[in-house]
Amino acid sequence: MIAVLKQKKIAALAILFALAFPLLIPNNYYLHMMTLSFIWMIAVYGLNLLAGYTGYLSLAHAGFFAIGAYTLAILTVKAGLNFWLAFFLSCVISSFIGFLVGLVALRTKEHFFAIYTLCVGYIIYLVIDKWDNLTGGVRGFIGIPSPANIGPISFQTPVSQYYLVLFFLLLVVFVMYRIVYSLTGRTYIAIRNSEELALTIGISTMKDKLVSFVLSIFFTSLAGALYASFIRFLGPDIGYISVMFDLLIFLLVGGIGTMSGPVVGTLLMTSISQQLQFLQDYRMLIFGPILTLLVIFYPRGVVGGVIHWKTKRTENNRDSRVGKISSHSSNEKQVKEG
Amino acid sequence: MLELRNVSVQYGSFTAVQNVNIHVHEGEIVVLLGSNGAGKSTVFRTISGLNKLSKGEIVFKGNRIDRYSPDRIVQLGIVQCAEGRKLFSRMTVYENLLMGAYIHRKEKEKIKQSLNHVYELFPILKEKRNDLAGALSGGQQQMLAIGRALMSRPKLLLLDEPSIGLAPLIVEQMFQIIKQINKEGTTILLAEQNAHAALHIAHKGYVFENGTIAVQGTSQELFANDNVHKAYIGT
Ligand SMILES: Nc1ncnc2c1ncn2[C@@H]1O[C@H](COP(=O)(O)OP(=O)(O)OP(=O)(O)O)[C@@H](O)[C@H]1O
Ligand SMILES: [Mg+2]
Repeated sequence: MIAVLKQKKIAALAILFALAFPLLIPNNYYLHMMTLSFIWMIAVYGLNLLAGYTGYLSLAHAGFFAIGAYTLAILTVKAGLNFWLAFFLSCVISSFIGFLVGLVALRTKEHFFAIYTLCVGYIIYLVIDKWDNLTGGVRGFIGIPSPANIGPISFQTPVSQYYLVLFFLLLVVFVMYRIVYSLTGRTYIAIRNSEELALTIGISTMKDKLVSFVLSIFFTSLAGALYASFIRFLGPDIGYISVMFDLLIFLLVGGIGTMSGPVVGTLLMTSISQQLQFLQDYRMLIFGPILTLLVIFYPRGVVGGVIHWKTKRTENNRDSRVGKISSHSSNEKQVKEG
Repeated sequence: MLELRNVSVQYGSFTAVQNVNIHVHEGEIVVLLGSNGAGKSTVFRTISGLNKLSKGEIVFKGNRIDRYSPDRIVQLGIVQCAEGRKLFSRMTVYENLLMGAYIHRKEKEKIKQSLNHVYELFPILKEKRNDLAGALSGGQQQMLAIGRALMSRPKLLLLDEPSIGLAPLIVEQMFQIIKQINKEGTTILLAEQNAHAALHIAHKGYVFENGTIAVQGTSQELFANDNVHKAYIGT
């Protein structure tokens, strides 16, 4: 119980900090970076639901991020749809394409699934790159509107856009939390643990896998649509493999299959990238080995490492005192996080 | 209740089970005996729908179930407790049991009753309910695996080698519990190496050799059969 309370406190503090950020640091550059990392976080949460909880590592998510972004662009600019309708539709359309892909992809497992979705992601990229008439091809897509007013609230200023994105991030985190801590979440974890075992207790795994796949894509394409309306320019690069690997690195560093991993990993990696920008592409020479070590020694990332360390500490405390003070709750937490 | 008619099962081109006929009546304990690789687990996996049969049919309560998906078969009341204590190791004992009641997930009251029943059969599970399943001893894990299977309230319980790797005293206990589960109304199909103990509680048995049934009969008949005695019971 103590651990859970603490967890809630940390979450509350983080939210407070995020709410106060534009007041604490009234600097447009930082505000822009923060808004952008919130968008990435949403995408990473999407990936986390599928890869972290259900255990299916998709490499098509950058593609679906791009589909979300481009659909918003096309629906608003070319079709002249109302912004929020287009916003909603772009998530739905992307999810529907995801549903069709999932029907086939989820018949494969593990590395076959990863390779299959990698191909899907690449095909999405190629379509965007080559379909000049629709997407603008390599020239890119310009003139995407920023979010339309909702009643009296307008989203023209950086600060208001920051809060809009923050709102969506919190919404996604809340929905993720509800899913993960419900029977549905436990069903996903059961599938990750052993699909055969899940079948033998009566879970119709195909259905659950498909739902988690589509939900996961919904979140990621939501991030894509936000990205389009925030940056207002799109190039085919946003669907490229390198974006996929960014998402994956954020997730792995933060902690795959943990609730706070996407936030921690994205913040950490985007700020480190910023610091090392002068190294340009040579950054990868540093990131590569660090990532390899991290995956070997901390398979559940920074968050997983901290949980592990805390569990150990409470257990040591328990041994030195008497009774069973909080070992149960820390176990419990590890499971829930896991 | 359950009938396998001329069932054959193949892994690729290898025939693991050939022309097998098994009949389980309601209320019985039926045991499948046989040495390693004889095909017992394959039969179980085929009944549960995890493996597809290449020939024959499986009938449960008048319905052909050999084309059904595994989750549908669980819903009909056939639950397998697989070989080797398969658990959700990162979930607690309690959560494992809850997952066992997955098909009754909407019926909170029913789940509570099943939970109490399982805790009565295996008090140790109650004691350890907040521990991670992966942190239990082998015997406790086996109890949890059986407990989880019971949570779905099976009509027919398939137990694949429940006594494997348990201390002799615990084996004895385990068979008593299986007998009790049966008395409370669950039909049981059991695969065992431990022929002596298994035949003691079973009504009848089938002896597998190389994927076919070599001998079958009531427990008394199998006890009395010289070949069976020599091969599986000793002295
Ligand atoms: N997945 C598989 N692929 C190929 N062959 C398999 C597979 N599983 C089992 N077999 C083969 O099928 C035969 C029957 O195996 P099965 O597991 O049914 O035996 P068993 O009677 O349960 O043995 P044990 O008492 O050791 O558990 C064996 O010869 C085995 O090698
Ligand atoms: Mg076996």
